[in-house]
Amino acid sequence: MINLLIRRIFYAVPIAFGVSVVCFSLVYLAPGDPLQTILPSDASAETIALVKAAYGFDQPLPIQFLKWLGRVMLGDFGQSIATRRPVSLEVMGALHNTATLALFAVPIAFSTGFSMGAIAGCFPGSWLDRLLTGTAVIGVSLPNYWFGIVLVILFAVEAMVLPATGMGANGSDGFSIFRWADARFMVLPVITLSMVPIGIIARSTRAAVSEVMGQDFVSTLRAKGLSEPAIIRHVLKNALPQVLAVMGLQFGYLMGGSILVETVFTWPGSGFLLSKAIINRDVPVLQGTILMLALIFVATNLLVDLAQSLIDPRIRRT
Amino acid sequence: MDGGVVPTLAPALVSVEDLTVRFVTRDSTAHAVNGVTFSVRPGEVLCILGESGSGKSVTLRALMRLLPPGKTRISGSITVDGQDVLALNPAALRRLRGGLVSMIFQEPMTALDPVYTIGDQIAETVMRHKGVSKTVALARALELLELVKIPSAASRLNNYPHELSGGLRQRAMIAMALSCGPRLLLADEPTTALDATVQIQVLILLRKLQKEMGMGTIFVTHDLGVASEIADRIAVMYAGRVVEEGPVADVLANPLHPYTRGLMASTVHGQDRSRDIDAIPGSPPDLRQLPPGCAFAPRCSLAAGECLSAVPEPRFPAPGRMARCVRLGVPAFA
Repeated sequence: MINLLIRRIFYAVPIAFGVSVVCFSLVYLAPGDPLQTILPSDASAETIALVKAAYGFDQPLPIQFLKWLGRVMLGDFGQSIATRRPVSLEVMGALHNTATLALFAVPIAFSTGFSMGAIAGCFPGSWLDRLLTGTAVIGVSLPNYWFGIVLVILFAVEAMVLPATGMGANGSDGFSIFRWADARFMVLPVITLSMVPIGIIARSTRAAVSEVMGQDFVSTLRAKGLSEPAIIRHVLKNALPQVLAVMGLQFGYLMGGSILVETVFTWPGSGFLLSKAIINRDVPVLQGTILMLALIFVATNLLVDLAQSLIDPRIRRT
Repeated sequence: MDGGVVPTLAPALVSVEDLTVRFVTRDSTAHAVNGVTFSVRPGEVLCILGESGSGKSVTLRALMRLLPPGKTRISGSITVDGQDVLALNPAALRRLRGGLVSMIFQEPMTALDPVYTIGDQIAETVMRHKGVSKTVALARALELLELVKIPSAASRLNNYPHELSGGLRQRAMIAMALSCGPRLLLADEPTTALDATVQIQVLILLRKLQKEMGMGTIFVTHDLGVASEIADRIAVMYAGRVVEEGPVADVLANPLHPYTRGLMASTVHGQDRSRDIDAIPGSPPDLRQLPPGCAFAPRCSLAAGECLSAVPEPRFPAPGRMARCVRLGVPAFA
């Protein structure tokens, strides 16, 4: 097991490096010059050269990359072009806000989606299956920003029981999930964010469970005289590795924050930060945010890998 | 001729009367088993012989009610050790499964749960039926693995199915089936998926354990050689009916039904290499559209008009022998 752990962590290193290369170059491949946004359009060639040198944009790309990577390793992502604040502060603040939503969205979405899928998969073809699978399809198909706006209209505009947008009077820094005055601002965004993961997890759980239900060993379990709950326990354990893979991806997406949902609710999370950085052509913030999100994906996949091999011994060999 | 007269005195452990199993879907109905009647006495081995689709596995699964409940229609009666299997409530059925009756499946790779260890899977059965602690159940599992002659049994307890060879997996499967001392063992082609050398070892082991534990056994196979190794009596199935039944030596020496004869002629046993094997012409009938008469008649060289009009009734030409053929007395049989 320790061997496996070391091997998997070792695999993650080149992936992380590749991700950093892609992050770094993506921004340069995209059209538009980041300096355009901070320099007046009539700036002299001298000024442009000065600013370029100040940000290090005058050096060859590989040198820029290595310098950038060296600083990134030390936690320094540079300075935001738009706000002049350190990128690390911007990114961490945004990630913290998104993680606050994810803290609730992940358990809600994962447990609801998994239960729906497991029930549907245990009784494939039944009316319960059709009802749950139909609900899941709706969850996946409805645009979540539209759903968010509908919720705002229903609960904030019409019923006036929940706030529409923002993080409340204490702002992002003073926000506390333990204070209802703050926490009530999370209710609608969390529900909106959970929709898609619930649908996706429910559908993949249903597929995995009903596939396992059709396998021969389920007959053996019946022939042993096990009760239905005991049989379902076996089936779920067999289906879990597949479901975990999907959950890992969904966790990554939730940490990335939905640009649309966070915009609808003006929630200053990572999606919101990304959209701001794109609009402002704020290259350092883009790089920092994308890299952090990508690393979260890599780390999540690592954990999913390990969890899968703990559950299914056949995975350990490869 | 050992099973002919004497054991009829013992009361039957299993008796199946006029068992009929149909699989109903929206488009069609498959008549998988059509009026099967047989009985097995304690300690007796009955081999159900037949090709794929003859209904032998379905019959076996019906004995434990393991067929998918939604689309299966079962009628007739199944009595095991005095219990009416088809009338049991779910709780009583679960006590019967794995306790009184247990089953060994054909493919030990897919029949064992891949994500639980061998020890856990055996212990689970023991805990379920004996109500003992996990420690006691695991100790029992170890005894069982030793009983089925799995080398270094103690370490095998912690192995997963994929870490064992096919033969060892099937031994583990047998250990699991025997764990709660069943009175009736159902074996669904337990050696078919194994290598020939392993096949004979497993067969010998099964026969030995069956004798020691005195279990009544129903052994389903398509292999005449296997049947002759292990059976006391043979029932030959064709298109969901038992077409011939009798003590193994008698049936093999003097098959009565043309289908049984065809089966024996189509096996390889040291005949001249240059001679073709006598395969039975044609193929088994479509179970969704069975002919009104003898299902074998379209392939039978002896078929006459009366074969096509009605299903032949069972005839009993000798003590303990049965055949469903109207042409039993025809000279060509001699």
